[in-house]
Amino acid sequence: MSGFQVQINNRPYKVEADPAMPLLWVIRDLVGLKGTKYGCGLGLCGACTVHLAGKPVRSCLITISSVKEKKITTIEGLGGETLHPVQEAWIELQVPQCGYCQSGQIMSAAALLAKNPQPGPEETRTAMSGNLCRCGTYDRIGKGIALASQKLMNSKKTNEH
Amino acid sequence: MSVKSSRRVFLKQSWLIGSGLAIGFSPVAANTLAGRTELEKFELTPFIIIGTDGIITLINKNPDMGQGSIQAIPTLIAEELEVDLEQVKIIQSNGDEKYGLQISGGSGGVVRAWEPLRKAGAAARQMLISAAAQTWNIPLENCKAEKGEVLNLLTKEKLNYGKLVTAASLLEVPQNPVLKERSEFRLIGKTTKRLDVPDRVLGKARYGIDIEIPGMVYACILHSPSLYSKIKNVDDYEARKIKGVLDIIKCERPMPHRKMEAVAVIASNFWVAMQGRKLLNVTWEDAPDQIESADYVRRMYAAAKEPGPVQAEKGNFDLAYTKSNTKIESIYESNFLAHASMEPENTVAHVKNDGTVEVWVPYQSPDWAKGEIAKYFEIPAEKVTVNITLLGGSFGRKSYSDFLLEACILSRKIQKPVKLVWSREDDLTQGPYRPAMLSRLQGMVAGKKVMGMHHHAIGETFVAQIYGGLKPGEPDAGLCGEISFDNSKYNFENTKISHTRVSTDIPIMWWRSVWGGNFAWGQECFVDELSHLLKVDPLQLRLDSLEDERYRHVLKLLAEKSNYYQPSPNGEARGIAMWKSFGSISAACVTVARKNSKIHIKKVVSVLDCGLFVNEDMVKAQMEGCIIMGLSAATKEEISFSNKKCDQTNFHQYKILRLNELPEIGTYIIANEIAPGGVGEPPLPPIAPALGNAIYNLSGKRIRKLPISLDDI
Repeated sequence: MSGFQVQINNRPYKVEADPAMPLLWVIRDLVGLKGTKYGCGLGLCGACTVHLAGKPVRSCLITISSVKEKKITTIEGLGGETLHPVQEAWIELQVPQCGYCQSGQIMSAAALLAKNPQPGPEETRTAMSGNLCRCGTYDRIGKGIALASQKLMNSKKTNEH
Repeated sequence: MSVKSSRRVFLKQSWLIGSGLAIGFSPVAANTLAGRTELEKFELTPFIIIGTDGIITLINKNPDMGQGSIQAIPTLIAEELEVDLEQVKIIQSNGDEKYGLQISGGSGGVVRAWEPLRKAGAAARQMLISAAAQTWNIPLENCKAEKGEVLNLLTKEKLNYGKLVTAASLLEVPQNPVLKERSEFRLIGKTTKRLDVPDRVLGKARYGIDIEIPGMVYACILHSPSLYSKIKNVDDYEARKIKGVLDIIKCERPMPHRKMEAVAVIASNFWVAMQGRKLLNVTWEDAPDQIESADYVRRMYAAAKEPGPVQAEKGNFDLAYTKSNTKIESIYESNFLAHASMEPENTVAHVKNDGTVEVWVPYQSPDWAKGEIAKYFEIPAEKVTVNITLLGGSFGRKSYSDFLLEACILSRKIQKPVKLVWSREDDLTQGPYRPAMLSRLQGMVAGKKVMGMHHHAIGETFVAQIYGGLKPGEPDAGLCGEISFDNSKYNFENTKISHTRVSTDIPIMWWRSVWGGNFAWGQECFVDELSHLLKVDPLQLRLDSLEDERYRHVLKLLAEKSNYYQPSPNGEARGIAMWKSFGSISAACVTVARKNSKIHIKKVVSVLDCGLFVNEDMVKAQMEGCIIMGLSAATKEEISFSNKKCDQTNFHQYKILRLNELPEIGTYIIANEIAPGGVGEPPLPPIAPALGNAIYNLSGKRIRKLPISLDDI
């Protein structure tokens, strides 16, 4: 057991944990943010995706001791006080069914758009291939990313004017 | 319909809401999951709670596992009550018998609630209008209910339902309230946004796995790898050394039909519990059970050589088949599948010192949960409190109560609230599963017609394995009903349906679409085989063999939307299939193309006639889900048991379809005025056979075993 200080959604948290404890379980069971989900524990399904220093990672594979000062963003902190364009698009297109995988889907989609605000269909398909959805919402996820991309471009234009 | 409308009974219900009013009619209960409905008696039950403060609460009785019941079921009430969903609070029923059958299953949520819940809404509306008319001392026809208020058409005054509820509660509940005309629907049949979606994209939705209660500890269970082995020895020395491991205890996994031994690790958090489990050293006795999947499949093929117990026959199939000189026989195989919902099985259970039990669980049926716990502990149902959470997927799995009871057993043993979580490995390796089954099909043709068909189903059934409800040599009537010609409506002259049970100890449970997923595969591929024998287009053969206009319309719309009559480009082909299940008719057209040495699924078009529906967009979402889950099952998923254990432990071995493998999809709903059928499952069964037929049309290769490998055709 060791003490760790982590930055989640711009807030510091102090936790006592085994250095080998995966970030997923720190976030869920020690910090108490339940939006990040467990799906496989082996980085195969993407349900636990969070942003670590802005990059999408499978939090079930990252040990707490390797996080250090890197900033963590979870679904709860993605949009800040408002909705992230991906979340807006997800609501507009009614993407979720059960919704359990959607935190991970949204974190992957947001990371994709942060890297490239206008991804082509193939880039989207590749970027999202690590996130499983059992309800079968893939078609809407693809459309949701296209819509979020449009929203991002529109707001960019508005800001430029 | 009988309604207990005495004022005494009525007032007895109002304890629920203090000064408010509880009004309701109980649902027609259908008591099987396979969509066959059986009427039960009605009781007065509260689905609508209106407080004098104007707060309206509607009870959703069917747990939401992603199929949208949390919106669809209350919409039925809201439509007639004249409230918008934005104005009401929706709560999940708790398993109390006053709500009637509460299971989400058999694609029957809306089907079963369609009339009773609209009547509940209409009765309440009528009472509130009467109360308003009395208050204003004006005729009823000068009052109109809208958006939670009654409007005085003469003075334009308005009274909120909360202001009327006390007066309304003194009135008799109308026994035959007048339902709205379909043309008056504001909500039903429209595309409406689901109000539960924002929480699901903000990480705020709470599933079973997210529940925490004070004093709770975590548990994970080491189950027997060969399912039924008894424990020989437990060495927990290393596991107990882990900081945070609180206890290690023997426990059991109660299946509906038998119990298995297991060992639980209790810990301060779930990850620590899993670490403890890794260090447990348990030796198991040899189990004598039949859990080799290959052996089960072999025994099914052996059974296919013998005639099976006959459930239904028209004409004289055997005679006509013997006499025919243009006939074929094929055997199709479907495989074991895992439900693999993204949220694994979990339960928070608290067995308290006073003998009462409270659970928080993602489970498909609150009433079943209550009953199972009461039965297991031999306590009255009143001592059990059930809180059903959102379900992170289920597809049939979370109506099997093993994980629910495991958590209760652990809580009783350690006298603390316990959160039990199954790992993905538990979920995939322990089952239950969709069973593997065989379809032995025989058919003959003459001239331009199919002269007969025999579908001989072979394999284990739920009734037999779980409920012990099948006598030796008896066909499974439910299964046979699903594959019957009453269902498919093919008007062949000589038909026969039979079923041979072949047993297995691999645990089975219904999986999205139940028998349709197993048997549409063989039957609908075989109809194509017969069409090739006849040299008639497969879609045309179906049209020629179907008189029912609903079925024909589904096929015609499919042809139109998939451009069926336009020739496919070189290197591409289409295949179709149709299936009726849970009261709805669905057909699919799959387009495949050659891509290097592989087959590429290019497009899927799905058509559904489900009669009247609640939310058009949700129906489309279910169709999309069925296409994707259907393709995933047909091309990727497989559970097998060898060397007395499951071969697939996580998603690297149990592969499911990913977004980069998604074809273009199109969904088309047929709008009509027919009473609702199911939505969540019926679009799935046609997917696999449509794909098999498309591959044949492209390559000339007839595939008869699932899953289909697209790489080596």
